[in-house]
Amino acid sequence: MAESVMQLQDVHTRRDALALGLALGCCGSGAQAQTSPPARNLRPTAGDCLVRAVGVSESAEALRPDDVVSAGPQLLAWAKEPASGVVRDGSRLNQILLLRLDPETLDAETLARAANGVLAYSATCTHAQCPVTEWRQEAGILHCPCHGSEFDPRGGGRVVGGPALRRLPPLPLGLSAEGSLEVAQPFLGKVGGQVA
Amino acid sequence: MRNFKRMLMAGVAFAGLAGAPGPVQAEVKTYSPVTEQRLQNPEPRNWLMYRGTYDGQGYSPLDKINTSNVADLVPVWTLSTGVMEGHQSPPIVNDGVMFVTTPQAQVIAVDAKTGEQLWRYKRQLPEDLTQLHPTNRGVALLGDRVYVATVDDFLVALDAKTGKEIWAKEVEDYRKGHYMTLAPLVAHGKIMVGGSGGEYGIRGFVAAYDANTGEQAWRTYTIPKPGEPGSDTWTGDTWKTGGGSIWITGTYDPEQGTAYWGTGNAAPWMGNARPGDNLHTTSVLALDVDTGAIKAAHQYHHNDSWDWDEVDPPMLVDIQKDGRTIKGMVHPGRNGYLWTLERGEEGISFVSGVPFVRQNVFTSIDKKTGRPTYDEARKPGLNKLVDFCPSLWGGKDWPPAAYSPRTKMIYIPANENLCGSLSGKMMDYVPGQLYLGAGLEDIGLTLFPNADHVGELQAWDLSTNKKMWSHPFAKSQLWGPVLATGGDLVFMGGTNDRDFRAFDAKSGKVLWKQKTNSGVTGVPVSYEVDGVQYIAVQSGWGVDAQRMQDSLAKVSVDYRNEVPQGGVVWVFAVRKR
Repeated sequence: MAESVMQLQDVHTRRDALALGLALGCCGSGAQAQTSPPARNLRPTAGDCLVRAVGVSESAEALRPDDVVSAGPQLLAWAKEPASGVVRDGSRLNQILLLRLDPETLDAETLARAANGVLAYSATCTHAQCPVTEWRQEAGILHCPCHGSEFDPRGGGRVVGGPALRRLPPLPLGLSAEGSLEVAQPFLGKVGGQVA
Repeated sequence: MRNFKRMLMAGVAFAGLAGAPGPVQAEVKTYSPVTEQRLQNPEPRNWLMYRGTYDGQGYSPLDKINTSNVADLVPVWTLSTGVMEGHQSPPIVNDGVMFVTTPQAQVIAVDAKTGEQLWRYKRQLPEDLTQLHPTNRGVALLGDRVYVATVDDFLVALDAKTGKEIWAKEVEDYRKGHYMTLAPLVAHGKIMVGGSGGEYGIRGFVAAYDANTGEQAWRTYTIPKPGEPGSDTWTGDTWKTGGGSIWITGTYDPEQGTAYWGTGNAAPWMGNARPGDNLHTTSVLALDVDTGAIKAAHQYHHNDSWDWDEVDPPMLVDIQKDGRTIKGMVHPGRNGYLWTLERGEEGISFVSGVPFVRQNVFTSIDKKTGRPTYDEARKPGLNKLVDFCPSLWGGKDWPPAAYSPRTKMIYIPANENLCGSLSGKMMDYVPGQLYLGAGLEDIGLTLFPNADHVGELQAWDLSTNKKMWSHPFAKSQLWGPVLATGGDLVFMGGTNDRDFRAFDAKSGKVLWKQKTNSGVTGVPVSYEVDGVQYIAVQSGWGVDAQRMQDSLAKVSVDYRNEVPQGGVVWVFAVRKR
């Protein structure tokens, strides 16, 4: 097990760790801004807004609940740091899927994480890290095209089919003062697959 | 920081073993440099490349293990790889040193006689890598180096004695869906690789790198860009995302300096999403190894709509036919036809094509060109659900067939009686995301009515195109690469009962079998050290053998067999009496 965890290391993260070491060595603790990995690589962070993952640019507009089609399919998104405008697309593990579902169909915990019926989950399948891009409309189930893992978005992202063993980590959402979608808390649970 | 953490973790692990010796990273003490001369004419005691020899026959002339003593074959050593998923690579052996690869592109060097581990290379993979086909199909050798193509799309050169990385060159960007699983091909000082990722809508290619420096020498795309010959077989921009990936090692004719590569299906899956023949997908390409120039090409079937990759390259075999010797190119296709082509002065010409499994798509084959005519009712399309045989995994997928020059037979690991259904839908192309263009609810797998088996090892006489014998597997599909030997034996696993077997090459009778840890989808090899002949193979079920298992289990209770995963290298020899 430890071995597979070690293999999950990100080349970027390693490079960043190296850079961090150098930064500390040269500048001491004063260089706070330089000690964190580039914002692109960081997982979605509380206060981030959300932008479309396809055709992304730094001027991309923050998504609002109405931008997400009601009753599916999912919309793939990245988090964006509002102050710097940096889109967090440095790791594919940062990708988010958004769904807008009838709040009355959600379980209590899921409802609490939704913003105006919009739900967010990690878009990365917990089996083999494919993007979960398929939506089974009638069943209301998220489907991974690589190996057929299935997740219930109304029930906290729990596994309902296929080889995955862990739920899709939820990403609690809120609304900004301007009414756009906003990350309320980091992903709940480990993002990514069983082995890399 | 991370390395420090790793050291700490390693320290904890050692403490837990209470004084047990740590992993020994021994060096290879004596190593025979691999010259191109040796690659062209390998000693019978060695297995220096993916199929043993450049012609791709998968044949070892060794005959100490033969029909008279194979019943006494016993394991002499095994080695757990500690890795899950599909172990498909051949143990490649050079004068007593064995190199095996595992999924995640790990390379293990082992003393081929004793099983002692000499070194191990573990590649650190990116955290956000997706592995649709977690496997690797082996190393290539040249000089004092070992070459491996990785799943995050690097070509890596290792020191054969120590396993230390000499260089690693990025071939393409894994984030866009590029990856590699094949063993590289070595010729004229170049290391050739091909790219996987047809499922992600990549444009396939073969690329050659200087064996010393790792600099790219050339790159030839399987799909012509506008203005290049064949570009008129594509519509609009469809060529940019047209697939034609390369994921099995090419064969090579040193006399001509020509490498033969099989190409994958066109992307996305539905033919009417990209009207035209779609050259050079589902084809064989003859490439000049010095320049990468396309010398000749032949397309097995045009405008593929069935996901029938034809990546398995043609085996180069001399065939006696109609009173003359044909320099043959033989390919048992995923499309269910056994193709024979001829390589001559004027390029590639068609000789014959006969179905080796139930096939209901081709209505005829042009006698001169080999071009099939389709039953359009059996051709899936956008929003058009269609049944067809064989299934999308074809009559034979990637597991290589073998040929014995003694019996003049080719041994084909086939899947019979399996049919499928497909339908397509339009999709937006997003780099790095699956671009199959198929409705998931509409990928079906069915057994032909009253089918009594699926997996079937078939022996065909290439001079007459006659099936000489076959061995059916009543309760399993077949994903077994084949080895033929001078002892008139054929070795193969590939079934969900975890067996690895020896067949009589002439009669097809099973002479020996061994239950292994997992399913055997590895390429079997034979070698000799200090006068003893060995048979070696990896057992480690996964990838599409597992996918087909999961699909079959839904179709029929007969095929519900759990196959545990985890890789083990097995080495066998005849028990001394």
